[in-house]
Amino acid sequence: MTLLITVFAAITATIVWYFKNQSKYMIGTLALMYWGASIMWFVDAIFEYAELQAEFFTPAAKDMLNDAFLGVSVVALGLIIWLIILIVKDPDGKLRKTLQGQKA
Amino acid sequence: MACFLVPTAEAVVVTIISKVKDHSDANKQVKVDSTKISDKIPMGRKLKWLSGMLWGGSALLAFEHVWHGEVTPWFPFLTAMGSEADAMEMFHEMATAGVMMAVLVTAVWGIMCVAADIITKRSVKAETVKGDAV
Repeated sequence: MTLLITVFAAITATIVWYFKNQSKYMIGTLALMYWGASIMWFVDAIFEYAELQAEFFTPAAKDMLNDAFLGVSVVALGLIIWLIILIVKDPDGKLRKTLQGQKA
Repeated sequence: MACFLVPTAEAVVVTIISKVKDHSDANKQVKVDSTKISDKIPMGRKLKWLSGMLWGGSALLAFEHVWHGEVTPWFPFLTAMGSEADAMEMFHEMATAGVMMAVLVTAVWGIMCVAADIITKRSVKAETVKGDAV
């Protein structure tokens, strides 16, 4: 479930990057982050499948809920990391202008 | 258990290489012909894609380990370090899953680089043909 949620986040970020390609907002960085995590969880899933076999596809409802909760939290964390990078880089200088008391 | 440490280590190495590459590229006084469109994506830029995937993936995976109680904010930071048997299991996981994660991310990056080079070359070729026709 975590893998699935992260893959959907990666696809969404990639679509946004493709259609609204404004490199200064670093949507590409967000997409890369989610794709990296998706690949890593995919490897984790392969190892888990090798261990559990068919049982891998029929998780308990409680485990699925916990995994879904984790997946959403991971997506939120990715967005927070991206937001911090964006604010630190401040591509439009909005933060700088606000801090200097100018109209952003 | 601690599989994310392998891609993290790779991310550190890639970031250092990328910084060195950026520094050497900035020092190089390359005269670029402004009329010629470059069909090569700089290696430094490609390395940034890889470090983005590795750092991002490792950070999110580390969070998952905190979630499952495998990483703690106090020494020795990894719960598997508590006993020798758990530590051996952790090292085994790092050597299998961790290495495979790093390899797969690098392989995907390699495919991305090849695809990006082909796309860039194709568009430069199209631009050249268009320019010749005018």
